[in-house]
Amino acid sequence: MTSLVLRVDELRVSVGSHPIVRGVGFEVEQGGTLGIVGESGSGKSMTVLAATGLIDVPGRRVSGSSLLRQHDGSDLQLVGASPAELRAVHGTEVGFVFQDPGTSLNPLLTIGRQISESLEVHRRATRRQGRSRAIELLEAVGLPNPAERVDAYPHQLSGGQRQRVMIAVALACGPGLLIADEPTTALDVTTQAQIIELVRALQHDHGTAVVWISHDLGVIGQVADDVLVLREGLGVERGSILDIYDRPREQYTRELLAARPRIRDGAAPAAPASAEELLGVDGLDVRFAISTPTGRRTVHAVDDVSLRLRRGTTLALVGESGSGKSTIAHALTGLVKPRSGTARLSGRDVLRAPRRDRRRIAMVFQDSFASLDPRRPIGDAIEEPLRVHGIAGGSAAGRRARLEELLDQVELPRSFRERYPHELSGGQRQRVSIARALAVEPEVVILDEATSSLDVSIQARVLELLKRLQAQLGLSYLFIAHDLAIVQDMSHDVVVLREGRVVEAADAVTLFAAPREVYTRALLAAVPPERPRVGA
Amino acid sequence: MSVIETETAPSVRIAPWRLLASNRLTLASAVVLAVILVVAIAGPLIAPFGVNDVDVSRQLQPPGVAHWFGTDDLGRDVLSRMMSAVGTSLLVAVVSVAFALVVGAVAGIVAGYAGGVVDTVVMRITDVMFAFPVLLLALAIVSIFRPGLVTTIAAIGIVYTPIFARISRASALTVRTTPYVQVSKTLGTPTRSILLRHVLPNVTGPIIVQTSLSLAFAILSEAALSFLGLGIQPPTPSLGGMLFNAQGFLYQAWWMSVFPGAAILLTALAFNLVGDGLRDVLDPRQRTLLEARRSR
Repeated sequence: MTSLVLRVDELRVSVGSHPIVRGVGFEVEQGGTLGIVGESGSGKSMTVLAATGLIDVPGRRVSGSSLLRQHDGSDLQLVGASPAELRAVHGTEVGFVFQDPGTSLNPLLTIGRQISESLEVHRRATRRQGRSRAIELLEAVGLPNPAERVDAYPHQLSGGQRQRVMIAVALACGPGLLIADEPTTALDVTTQAQIIELVRALQHDHGTAVVWISHDLGVIGQVADDVLVLREGLGVERGSILDIYDRPREQYTRELLAARPRIRDGAAPAAPASAEELLGVDGLDVRFAISTPTGRRTVHAVDDVSLRLRRGTTLALVGESGSGKSTIAHALTGLVKPRSGTARLSGRDVLRAPRRDRRRIAMVFQDSFASLDPRRPIGDAIEEPLRVHGIAGGSAAGRRARLEELLDQVELPRSFRERYPHELSGGQRQRVSIARALAVEPEVVILDEATSSLDVSIQARVLELLKRLQAQLGLSYLFIAHDLAIVQDMSHDVVVLREGRVVEAADAVTLFAAPREVYTRALLAAVPPERPRVGA
Repeated sequence: MSVIETETAPSVRIAPWRLLASNRLTLASAVVLAVILVVAIAGPLIAPFGVNDVDVSRQLQPPGVAHWFGTDDLGRDVLSRMMSAVGTSLLVAVVSVAFALVVGAVAGIVAGYAGGVVDTVVMRITDVMFAFPVLLLALAIVSIFRPGLVTTIAAIGIVYTPIFARISRASALTVRTTPYVQVSKTLGTPTRSILLRHVLPNVTGPIIVQTSLSLAFAILSEAALSFLGLGIQPPTPSLGGMLFNAQGFLYQAWWMSVFPGAAILLTALAFNLVGDGLRDVLDPRQRTLLEARRSR
């Protein structure tokens, strides 16, 4: 017999006079996984934080019911519970894993101490007991060398390893319910696949119930038994994962399904037949000197990389974090000095060009918020290159006309030119960055993970825009990504990088149909498949 | 077709000065500051008595109808002296802090943005200046030159410069590594433009706070120098000079210290509150919040 671990009814949250969650209900069974899916701002996190009593927003009002079945079989009402009651429950009955493993761990404590903390508090374990349990947990979450790593600090681990540690922290006291709030969104697809496997295995072993929050229905399909689709604080659809995939009732659910990145047969765009070479990079080599506790060391970030970008096409650079993708982009835009190598853009040298000539290659960065000056309206940001290079006739009226044209091209209202970055959504900000890149009339646009911090549904719309701009303006893209599904959607040619070296280079159709290298196949396998796991 | 995704839409745009005036506390402080400024400029003209009208027969009189703020040990009218002193003190504070602000911020921003040798040199110089107590350094400067108004301003200005250099360097260091500065570099924007358009506006927040604090402290520094006989030379009145002159009469004549002290407090408070209001209005994120609150 299955029993409910958490039952939420008519949950409402408002901050000030602004309703955020407007009557949401769901339940989670022992050993089951509920996926909560929706775009940013749909109230996913707020719903779960309010239901578990972890919400900490000034001026909030929470009403409704959230019943948690505890280990001893009694039910506890979490809405309106006292801080002492909640403290007793958090960690022992409910564990949490959050999106950013970089900031969820205390940088000054060893990971062993952070895992044993809740054991010492809730289970009155001694230091030594806590430590040996921490080693067991690290082994369970698949961290290599747990007996040694237990004394490591967070900065000594990779992002994926830190997320494993976070899971170990959450599971330390054996909670009956695990809340995972976008736990893989900040990770590479390959690491994401590993974390999904890990949570499923742990769930199988311990019978833990899981609430998994994500904006990506593709990921939810790999973890969840049941799905709740949220939009603007309302549960628009609820059902088993198979029903949601095969018989979605709501238009919104269908949009989310369509937006999930996935690899399909023959989906790569066909390259224009006679595209001549526009950008040729040969033997690029970049090294960084870094200081470590053991002395100065050189990191070979890019090792003898050569690539060809054809005019009017998209060349994708693919690889995990640390593969040297972004460093190549930084070398081409003059942000880092390469040790050796050449790069020629329509026959002219790029690497040694003075800063004023840099406009031939423009770049769009991943973090749309950080790449816009918070103190300047966005019209100003887009006009900056026009002013610097005297484009658009060099007059204020000319610049204004060009600004409006650029806003039209990226499908933003013209009135947006007076807005500040924080007054825009993530997708809108990325459109501004694209408009700014186009303002210099570049020959090549580098898109450095330009859509990977966006929700999948917004990502799909921005990718659509990029394809349309390419067709209209004949742009050439250097498309940097770690997710092969969106690479297939966008690219004509693909270069797979690993640890600064080229692993495989081919046109997209060939690469996706018949990948030669093991590493490429591993990247392909990491993309959540077309079908949900339970229905596969 | 235009795309509207979730966004924090701005309400109606409101002119910055209007927004500034809508904050009651800021408005009140601005009014106080304006009154102080009028007194500073027109003080000697509207004062009921002459600044140096000595009348020993009326010495140490408590506040009353004739002398609202009482008289000092030489029978001079405290109110009249204060009205003249405010001008001197304000002049010293504003000019010296302005000097420190301009020199310090430029040095700090350039050092923070350029890094390397420039940064090391500028920061070691500030370290040396920080190594001496503020008053000692000011004393050294004043005793090399002749004491007086200009020397006092120069001394306080120089002493306060490294504080501004440190603060603006720290902010510039952060701004330098932000993606928006990197984007500007990839777009070919010249360094001078990046400094003026991106770095400078983004270091204003902490600088405004420091400026309003420094203005208050500069008045006190001037007081300390004057007390040691190295600041504003008597009989020219300054608030600090009056305060220190009063300390021998704390028990007999409280009014000699309380009123000048209150004037310093009021001026410092007004500077701080106006500074806070200004910082909020100059920060677009705060401004959106203020605009939303106002149009609700």
